[in-house]
Amino acid sequence: MTDTRVGSSSAGGLLTHGENGVSTAVPPRPVIQIVPLKGLPIVAVVLGLLIASIGFNWEWGLDFNHVAGGALWTGIDLFVGLVVGPILGRLSISARAEFSARFMPKMVLLMPTLVAMTLASGFQIALNLGNLKASSPNHAWLMVSFVVVGVMAVIALGVLEPANIAVLFEMRKPQPNGEVIGKLMKRFIYTAGITGLMQVATLIIMTRVASQ
Amino acid sequence: MSLSNPAAGQGVTTQQRFAPVAELGTAALVLIVVGGIFMASYAPRHAPLAVPIGLAAASAVLLAANVVMLIRTRGLAWDKFFLVGRWTLLSYVIAAGLIEFAFVKDHTRGGPLVVLSAMLVLFAVNVPLIISFTVARYQSVRRDAS
Repeated sequence: MTDTRVGSSSAGGLLTHGENGVSTAVPPRPVIQIVPLKGLPIVAVVLGLLIASIGFNWEWGLDFNHVAGGALWTGIDLFVGLVVGPILGRLSISARAEFSARFMPKMVLLMPTLVAMTLASGFQIALNLGNLKASSPNHAWLMVSFVVVGVMAVIALGVLEPANIAVLFEMRKPQPNGEVIGKLMKRFIYTAGITGLMQVATLIIMTRVASQ
Repeated sequence: MSLSNPAAGQGVTTQQRFAPVAELGTAALVLIVVGGIFMASYAPRHAPLAVPIGLAAASAVLLAANVVMLIRTRGLAWDKFFLVGRWTLLSYVIAAGLIEFAFVKDHTRGGPLVVLSAMLVLFAVNVPLIISFTVARYQSVRRDAS
């Protein structure tokens, strides 16, 4: 039976014997913090800026949240799905595990924050500009963007985020089960195409709305 | 219960069958998202409420069915379920509160606000349920060693 364990159970590293019989030091597995606590104050500041922007109808704040959040959301989604993901798929299991252990906790904080920044400010901007009115030439485009965001929300909240957190819990175990991690990570591969397509659609819709 | 990888340790059951809580939760989430899109598509006017009420009611039925299935579930890592559940619930209550704040700020009142609030409650309960169940099902304790 194939052993699908990822990494070793040692927190401080251990010695293994290579093919030539020489002992080599295996680097210790990183300690995984599921939610990086150091990032929480930054999230709080960003959300505070978002709430203030909406509360005071602060035009620059709304634009900043929508443009910066949207650009990062789309950019990160496409880069991770189309560039990082395929590279990760060709790495060894231990390399994948080490990368994921450092990468995924950051995504737990980063992506929901970017999504909140983009959507909340975007709705407010559309309302202020009158783009949501049925008479607006942008109305139909915004309705399509709602559907696009809806599809991405269901994928993110119902499929990817649960898998992300479940993988992190699995990786915290002394002997993580590679089979479970592999099964959960497949969700990212299956949905990368849909998410990529939705993000490209978002780019088309938003540039279209901005130019009308 | 069968284990496809007993060498993996930690009693992880990779083939244990659980009720489709995550799938049903996602279906309930889809109904809420469709209802939200329907209401937002009418902004700044008030949307007719029959469709969103129907969608929210259907979502509530799915959530109730999910809770019943969860209660009957055996072998789930309940400690992990509640650990993840309480923190994700906190974060999604904050997210739902933020959305509610935006709609109140935009003068949403009366029936639409009630329907929207109900949908946000369903959203704030459903997502943590999906996340905590997904974590707990893979942390399940092996009950037999064979």
